[in-house]
Amino acid sequence: MEWPVLKQLKNGDVLGLGSTAASERTEQLEARTTKADRVIASVCPYCAVGCGQLVYLKNGKIIDLEGDPRSPISHGCLCPKGAATFQLVTGSHRVSDVLYRRPYGTEWEKIPLERAMDMVAERMKKARDEHWEDKDEEGKPLRRTMSMAHLGGATLDNEENYLIKKLFTALGIVQIENQARI
Amino acid sequence: MGTSFGRGGATDFPGDLVNSDVIVIQGSNMAECHPVAFRWVMQARERGATVIHVDPRFTRTSAVANLHVPIRAGSDIVFLGGIIRHILETEQYFREYVVTYTNAAAIITEDFRDTEELEGFFSGWDEKKGQYNTRTWMYEGVNPEPAGGARESEAGKKAESIQRQPIQAEKTDPTLQHPRCVFQILKRHYARYTPEMVEEACGISKELFLRVADTLCKNSGRERTGAFVYAVGWTQHSTGVQFIRAAAIVQSLLGNMGRPGGGILALRGHASIQGSTDIPTLYNILPGYLPMPKAQHDVDLETYLKLNESPSGWWGEYRKYFISLMKAWFGEAATEENDWCYDYLPTLTGDHSHMNTVVDMVDGSVKGYFVMGENPSVGSMNGALQRKGLRALDWLVVRDFQVTETADFWRDAPEVVRGEVKPEEIPTEVFFFPAAAHTEKDGSFTNTQRLLQWHHKAIEPKGDTRSELDFIFKLGQRLKNLYRNEYDQPRNWPIRDLTWDYPTEGILNEPSAEAVLHEINGYTVADGKPVEGFTSLKDDGSTACGCWIYSGAYRNGENQAARRKPHWEQNWVAPEWGWAWPHNRRVLYNRASADPDGRPWSERKKLVWWDAQKQRWEGYDIPDFIVERPPSYRPSREARGKDTISGVDPFVMQADGKAWIFAPTGLQDGPLPTHYEPQESVMPNPLYPQQCNPERMEWLRKDNPYHQPFDDPRFPYLLTTYRLTEHHTAGGMSRWLSWLSELQPEMFCEVSPELAMERNLKNGGWATIRTMRGEIEARVLVTERIRPLRMRGRIFHQIGLPYHWSTKGLVRGDAANDLIGFVADPNVAIQESKAFTAMIEPGRLSKAHYKLKKLPSREKDRDLPRAQNKPETKHGYKAFEAKEGNV
Amino acid sequence: MAAQKGFFTDTTLCIGCKACEVACKQWNQLPDDGFLFTGMSYDNTVHLGASTWRHVAFVERPVPMKPGNDGAFSWLFSSDVCKHCARAGCLESCPTGAIIRTEYGSVYVQPDVCNGCGYCIVNCPFGVIDRREEDGRAWKCTLCYDRLRADMQPACAKSCPTESIQFGEIAELRERAEKRVEKLHEQGLNSAYLYGANAAQQPGTEGLNAFFLLVDKPEMYNLPPNPTVPTKPAKAAWGSMAVGVLGLALAAIGSALLGGRERAS
Repeated sequence: MEWPVLKQLKNGDVLGLGSTAASERTEQLEARTTKADRVIASVCPYCAVGCGQLVYLKNGKIIDLEGDPRSPISHGCLCPKGAATFQLVTGSHRVSDVLYRRPYGTEWEKIPLERAMDMVAERMKKARDEHWEDKDEEGKPLRRTMSMAHLGGATLDNEENYLIKKLFTALGIVQIENQARI
Repeated sequence: MGTSFGRGGATDFPGDLVNSDVIVIQGSNMAECHPVAFRWVMQARERGATVIHVDPRFTRTSAVANLHVPIRAGSDIVFLGGIIRHILETEQYFREYVVTYTNAAAIITEDFRDTEELEGFFSGWDEKKGQYNTRTWMYEGVNPEPAGGARESEAGKKAESIQRQPIQAEKTDPTLQHPRCVFQILKRHYARYTPEMVEEACGISKELFLRVADTLCKNSGRERTGAFVYAVGWTQHSTGVQFIRAAAIVQSLLGNMGRPGGGILALRGHASIQGSTDIPTLYNILPGYLPMPKAQHDVDLETYLKLNESPSGWWGEYRKYFISLMKAWFGEAATEENDWCYDYLPTLTGDHSHMNTVVDMVDGSVKGYFVMGENPSVGSMNGALQRKGLRALDWLVVRDFQVTETADFWRDAPEVVRGEVKPEEIPTEVFFFPAAAHTEKDGSFTNTQRLLQWHHKAIEPKGDTRSELDFIFKLGQRLKNLYRNEYDQPRNWPIRDLTWDYPTEGILNEPSAEAVLHEINGYTVADGKPVEGFTSLKDDGSTACGCWIYSGAYRNGENQAARRKPHWEQNWVAPEWGWAWPHNRRVLYNRASADPDGRPWSERKKLVWWDAQKQRWEGYDIPDFIVERPPSYRPSREARGKDTISGVDPFVMQADGKAWIFAPTGLQDGPLPTHYEPQESVMPNPLYPQQCNPERMEWLRKDNPYHQPFDDPRFPYLLTTYRLTEHHTAGGMSRWLSWLSELQPEMFCEVSPELAMERNLKNGGWATIRTMRGEIEARVLVTERIRPLRMRGRIFHQIGLPYHWSTKGLVRGDAANDLIGFVADPNVAIQESKAFTAMIEPGRLSKAHYKLKKLPSREKDRDLPRAQNKPETKHGYKAFEAKEGNV
Repeated sequence: MAAQKGFFTDTTLCIGCKACEVACKQWNQLPDDGFLFTGMSYDNTVHLGASTWRHVAFVERPVPMKPGNDGAFSWLFSSDVCKHCARAGCLESCPTGAIIRTEYGSVYVQPDVCNGCGYCIVNCPFGVIDRREEDGRAWKCTLCYDRLRADMQPACAKSCPTESIQFGEIAELRERAEKRVEKLHEQGLNSAYLYGANAAQQPGTEGLNAFFLLVDKPEMYNLPPNPTVPTKPAKAAWGSMAVGVLGLALAAIGSALLGGRERAS
């Protein structure tokens, strides 16, 4: 170990309040982003300004999420919500199980994803088959079911909205809506 | 916007606001709701632009604006009408622009009557139907049969649609003197929207109004431009579409459309709200704003196409877009012989928008409901009615990051907590699926400037968390499986023939989002090669395209939305960052940035221009015009489709290529914006005997009661709702985060010191706010930012309510939307939540439920008798039969 | 030694969005400060503390922004932060050497050294540094020391949408700030002035490495009008006694060093 007084003199740190007092941790301090093994370009999921985001990853975990300076829209800035995106996507509030509440139930139950998907598909078929409208009173074609409806889409991707509209329209569902009217 | 200029999207991008000389922010709290876009407003201000904020509240936007104009909530058309009148009276309009690029010179039919003549109605009001017959609003000499509902209108309430004629003014008067030309009609329509009227109706001084009007006029013309910015502060009114129309008129008169630093910006609140309209999760349109077939008229493909394709303008190409869509959806099954599977599509019989769906739920016809990334129990109006609807379902599927109030409505809704409803009595089966975040999936968002940007998957979703893409794809596979043995029935053929073979990838076998984008972009059927753009689409079945306006987003097989060339390597338009529809154009109608001869109006405001040597349009932006069409081109009388667009028609999506100051077709509630009071107001309409928009959508039901139209002694205060920087809409993406929650930790109401005195409210204490729909409690924030309005010698108080909170999350509070009733704009079915009346009292919510004293009905005061006697089947609402225990 | 870095916070460009508060929490992974509705305008984090290293103050004033403006009201926003004083009370009072001045001129608390004695807290004239309940140690803004090492700007300055928070070399920032004040004066905002831009303006701290442009009295922003580092008068006293105590001091240092070597070996 170097003698502190010598170190102080060498560094011009006479009062010993500067680098002389730096601990090993301090000396090795670096931004965690420099250790990232991948940086992924993304877009802020909150409002429609569409600020650029960079997602820093290490060992398959998000270690940082901040503005993308290249973006002509945001020049690297984010608002408080955009800046909180890290917490939005990594936070402990997120649920990762499928939950089921049976009719008249008082509790949520965990059920397997595959089973839940099967159950939903079966219920859709039942509703469609039991409530199909082929023609109106005047004999004009309806080809639809009014027994099912959808809400949401403004937070989803274009590709997702496309599949929703495509599948549901093919099933004859017309009551498809999102936040554009909210 | 669609009606005025041809497309529903924002005409400019926020970054271009740095080029503005004046920016009017009205119906938007831009600094709070879009802080990063506001960066450009601040830069414009620092460069000398005047920033004007017109808003009932003094917000963070007002704090940094050069001028704050505190108008009464809902009085915007009086204010903008006053500006229109001022522009006309002082002759400060941009004459050359107005004469050539707008329909100001068009002559309207002899039968047209203005609201000035008919006490607040336009000609054509049909008492029996309770709606307008719009034929008298047409250009003279054009077949007076009214055209169908607005093509881009999001609701299309009327399921009627009559054959489209070439809507082009047959007779014009370029001198603008003809008494029936649009310009003169406009003058007469707004003659009474004087500065004195503005003072009386908006509650601001004449002097302040004139300063705004003068600043706007002085900063427009060849050398200067001004921009308007709006958001839901305009759309969420029963006359919301007409608010935007009024701004469109101002901008057309001042010559600000299609020019740098000009235009009208719509600021949207969700990452892909523009995208979810373009590729709609909306009932009335198919991708690319193609209308859904209507049962009443669109009986077969030929009729449907005939009714929707326009003989003039860009919509002459309709057939190509529709047939390519059917090829994308039904693949080989779609052939010319079977009308490209046209009869696979369901049809509409009226308004099937959100509020009607909720009412249908309550009334029992909806069995199953999917809610993906939305929280209607908190975010939609009349929360009690929403939850009543959820309780009446057989099953509900909610997909979100965490269990939202909507998913948990059976357990901790206010009605359950109050003990009015018990979980054991609620039959609804609920499925909650955890949703993947944007970092866990590939896909594109379309932002407020119509720009598609790709976000790449960074990590795998945890546990059972999945993207909607994966969910819908696998649900579709299951349904195909379930119907496998029932393909003998024609009704199941659409399921059988639906193209659903997307390649999958990764450990979760998720469908490839890029493959979906490839289909959206379109491809040639023979070899699957992506098409270059919508101009490559064919009507012979040789091309498939999922959304024609997005065609080009995957040109050359390259994901254009994923382009990320740094801004410092390109000009301010940044054409190589992401991809904007249409055709990567960033400033819509930019042909108008050049004069009729194709020269920039000025060097300072140069954007695109006609290059005579190259014989094509050139510029900083991609020309929003037929690139090789010279300014001198004039169509022949026989011309059809896009050949009808002359060299001086910048608004190529309009049938006549002009900006519509007067809307001869496309709107339900009038060709010119007219001031009507909100459904619930504090004063009678100062301009007309007709109190409210006669075409507004109402739901007359016991579970959706309204207050008296004005002066309701039980509800004397004006209430407006809004959001804060620190939270996101209904809070699903903010109330669970500590970093945001600590910044605004509790539901509060904002009141002026005067109202606090009058109602004995203490800062930091509690208040109860009440309407006929519900009552909520909130903390009190007494602030001078809320000011009492002085109108007609009386003082009116306003209450401000953010709407982010509810029963779950880290921070909680009552939901403001529980106070709001169902009332909506007739054109787009957007609810009125920015202006209504309420009562406020000190203290917390009383345990004993407050019972309202019944007043003798004064419903008749709201409308003239003729508007009042609207048939009850109108607007999709149903006469409500009071049943025992149903209220 | 690297160039001296700091912040120039121009409050006339602030829109009160609090992006800086959240960006700081994200980068430094700070916990929340409790969920308390204060009823003080839109300010619910109230002041800087162990877990809030950027804090936006909201000032509602019954006076117009500029004379002649409409309405007798204005709303001021100011993003407060550790000032990284040229003479830092926290640093000088720290008995453990936990607080150091970095090569960028910023004042940095080394969490691995801090023992939570709390002397720094009483010696900060701005009330910036604070002890966190859970771990007992003192925390404050680091000027994103780790990011500076990687040639990145501090998280708050990067996120600020309106460039109210400007990060850079202090000399350059000072020059820019002075020009800005001149420009604002030309525009009629005569109340604009710099707070703590140099030693002459603020002798008690010998100038701030994070200084501000304000348009009202410092007290309005919850800033002390005339802050003085408590160790400063103490040091002057030390100076006069220096000769007398030199021997004693040397002896003390010697024994401390010996002790140090012994511990180290």
